[in-house]
Amino acid sequence: MNAHTLLLPASVAVLAAGTFTFRYAGPLLRTRLGGTDRAERLMTASAVVLLVALVATTALAEGTGPAGVARPAGVLVGGVLAWRRLPFVAVVLAAAGTAAALRLLGLE
Amino acid sequence: MRSIWRTLDRRLRLDIALVCLADGVVGMSYGAISVSAGLDLWLPLTLSVLVLAGASEILFVGIVAAGGSPAAAALGGLLVNARHVPFGLAAGDVLGRGVRRVLGSHVMNDESVVFALGQSTPDRRRAAYWACGLGILVCWPLGTLAGGLLGGVLGDPDAYGLDAMFPAVLLALVLPSLRDDARTRRTALAGAVLALAATPFLPAGLPVLAALPALLLPLGGAPGPAEGGPGPADGEPVREETAR
Repeated sequence: MNAHTLLLPASVAVLAAGTFTFRYAGPLLRTRLGGTDRAERLMTASAVVLLVALVATTALAEGTGPAGVARPAGVLVGGVLAWRRLPFVAVVLAAAGTAAALRLLGLE
Repeated sequence: MRSIWRTLDRRLRLDIALVCLADGVVGMSYGAISVSAGLDLWLPLTLSVLVLAGASEILFVGIVAAGGSPAAAALGGLLVNARHVPFGLAAGDVLGRGVRRVLGSHVMNDESVVFALGQSTPDRRRAAYWACGLGILVCWPLGTLAGGLLGGVLGDPDAYGLDAMFPAVLLALVLPSLRDDARTRRTALAGAVLALAATPFLPAGLPVLAALPALLLPLGGAPGPAEGGPGPADGEPVREETAR
């Protein structure tokens, strides 16, 4: 086995170990930092901010460009149904169904 | 495990099961795309067991399949996964200690964190986090395996609108945290704008982190940073904090 064939499994191991370190760091740091109310609220808010940013970028962007029409429209329909407190299964199916239907009509 | 399940009401159980199922379906498309791109099945499958973070895995196989350097793929995946540090700060109280903390860290992902944040009591937070995390621990690799074995039979996953499913799932799950907290809502919206503005300029993963400076904005008293906290990010216009 030469160096190049080892590079791929080594890279998988690096990604796995690094990702675990990221995941383990939060709970570990948390116990060290101690939980004041203020810190607690800030940490919760930062998670919500990240999740909403994740929704925005995965819904609206593809790589470094815009995502087109079908996917954002699907997410929007799902979001409206969720806001109106429709069951979760309806949200998921409506989002996927809207995007799929628009693509079927030739709208990417 | 049984006590986790009993703590959850029927509706939450259904929601969690559905998210796990949806992740399994996305896993199928991930496995199918990887194999169709000429990669051996062991690669997506190993990633889905050991990394267990979909977006970074899809990025990794995408770079490798395109002939890019595996080292660059690992670095790109790490950038995408850096958001788990603040996730763990926010939801780390549900993990416990020792072996539980190790396994609980591994099953930390967007979905398990958002389910935990949506619950009102510590018991329910813990139960929702673990049920979702363990469910995805099983469904994601199984989906990857199934998709890899079926390969191109499934066709283009975008034709089924699968790409709209993940953001819609997260949006639906994060809404309760936004609905009754105007301050967090404004901060999150500002963060989303920052992330989208950064998207054309930064590699995958970093735009999401670019949302965090929104926490420093004086949006009707958004939860402020600790005394002497980090300053605003370079290049982002951030007004002077009110609470200093």
